[in-house]
Amino acid sequence: MLSKKQLLTKGMLDIFPHMLSVIPFGIICGAIGVELGFNPYLVYAMSFIIFGGASQIVFLQLISGGASSLVAVTSVGIINSRHLLYGAVLSEYLEKLSFIKRLLISYVIVDQSFSESNKFFKTNKTEQNLHYHLIGTGCTLWLCWQISTLSGIILGSFVPEELGLKFAIPLTFIAIVVQDLKKIDHVVVMITCGLSSLLFFDAPFKSYIIISPIIALFVASLLLRIKK
Amino acid sequence: MTWLSIIIAGVLTYLTRMTMIVLVRRDMLGAKFKAVLEYVPSAVFPAIIFPAIFINDYGLFVEINDPKIFGAIVAVIVGYFSKNIISTILAGLLSYWFLIFVVFS
Repeated sequence: MLSKKQLLTKGMLDIFPHMLSVIPFGIICGAIGVELGFNPYLVYAMSFIIFGGASQIVFLQLISGGASSLVAVTSVGIINSRHLLYGAVLSEYLEKLSFIKRLLISYVIVDQSFSESNKFFKTNKTEQNLHYHLIGTGCTLWLCWQISTLSGIILGSFVPEELGLKFAIPLTFIAIVVQDLKKIDHVVVMITCGLSSLLFFDAPFKSYIIISPIIALFVASLLLRIKK
Repeated sequence: MTWLSIIIAGVLTYLTRMTMIVLVRRDMLGAKFKAVLEYVPSAVFPAIIFPAIFINDYGLFVEINDPKIFGAIVAVIVGYFSKNIISTILAGLLSYWFLIFVVFS
């Protein structure tokens, strides 16, 4: 049985490697906002209020490109709708928490904290106070995101653009799913999702980001039926 | 106006995070549905990975010899065998940089 402190530390350590991509992306995100001519306070407030890298950049690019607020807000909502899936997966581990605690912990559920904590939860189902792991992953990422976007806003893009550090983002997600390539059913689901995302890339409001997972989950349910 | 939009976008985003955590109880999901949810990471993350590799900043498909494709392949191979996140990311970045700064420069 691990103590709360051990779980918290484990969470922080598990998310730590992803900072290699989160920090440069945060700097880029902050710098882009200022370059596009937005009020620095507004650019930073997004990191606190929205707290979702890709959706923050899309929002700023749409507004600066002359899109209406409605389009920008809708796009953010659709891009982030994938969190509904993360919530559905994590709910079984968090259901013992009080209502208030569930409201609070929800704020730090992002791609990497979800995937690292979910991996830990699956292999440690009997532990008490599992949510401390999620607090560890989520709050570490939150803090790094705030600091890195803030430094991008203040210092500008001090990460040379030629380095193409945006490429670290797909690499971080490759690191998350790569071990599941051992399972053929997961490979089929991943390829379905990836190809769908290319096929529907031009769908309005960036909706490929939720359309492709839905298609891939449908394929997963078919695979489960065949397996039986 | 932009401030108001950001607040609305933030509330919407928070709702996407909170709704399922607050609403879903263990007995609400059937065994079949839970089995499908096992696939969520594999069903979601390629939608972030594929466009970031195969589509450029202008929304067009990249060439087949794009350095990003090579970097991603290296990352997959290194990640698969090393099971280490840092090595995966570094292997991808270094091979990508090798191509853009040494080979294609």
